[in-house]
Amino acid sequence: MARGSTLPAPRRGIRGAIAYRGGEGMVAWAFHRISGIAVSAFLTLHVVSIFLVGANPEFYDSLHLFYASAPGKVAEVLLGAALLYHALNGTRIVVMDLWPALTAYHRQLWRIVWVTFFTLGLPGAYIILSRIWETAK
Amino acid sequence: MSGAPRARQPRPKGQGRELTYWLLTRYTALALFVLALAHYTVTHFVYDSSIQTAEWIKQVRWNSLAARFVDWSMLVIVMIHSCLGMRTVVQDYVKGRAQDVVLGLLYILTATLVTLGSHVVLTLPLS
Repeated sequence: MARGSTLPAPRRGIRGAIAYRGGEGMVAWAFHRISGIAVSAFLTLHVVSIFLVGANPEFYDSLHLFYASAPGKVAEVLLGAALLYHALNGTRIVVMDLWPALTAYHRQLWRIVWVTFFTLGLPGAYIILSRIWETAK
Repeated sequence: MSGAPRARQPRPKGQGRELTYWLLTRYTALALFVLALAHYTVTHFVYDSSIQTAEWIKQVRWNSLAARFVDWSMLVIVMIHSCLGMRTVVQDYVKGRAQDVVLGLLYILTATLVTLGSHVVLTLPLS
């Protein structure tokens, strides 16, 4: 390890070989980018499908049947997860841009993002997924 | 530095176009924090998404000009934010002449989606 580097010393053995040493900032960046691309892709499909409400309502309704299916509900949850993470982490970025002094606390802010994500996301996922077995009754 | 907040794009120096895009990305993000999360809450929690047929959208969801204005505003804001975000992704991974081509396609796609979304919001008859 280079002198003066803040990288943690690598562990020995298998755990050391597979251990991730990029830090919270790199993971936050990767998740932000992946969730952003995913939401942008959904947005394209969403706008085109909403256009069909006026242009071809029957075709829209046939596509819309997917939302009522179990895979559709799982997709809704995944979309919500991507949207919620992107919104929360994006707010963390904006906060650090507006108040650069808070950059020193970026790890703590990232933990707040995850606590908020699971506090809001888990009940939300339960509400959406519970409709699968409610409709199956 | 390990653990540096890499998701942040540094603020561009000067007063040029890049600074405008950088600020626009953040202002639209703040607006979308409210608009997009509220939209998801209404369309996935308040109402079961499986009941939202074309007729339901016409009779319930878009039965007021205010609701249509909010959704159209969100469409414009989200497309600006999405376009600027994807522009950054393209600039990171596509280089040279191909970058100009992909960015051109991205701008055409954005303009097309804004046109399609605006068309349905403006032309769907009020019930």
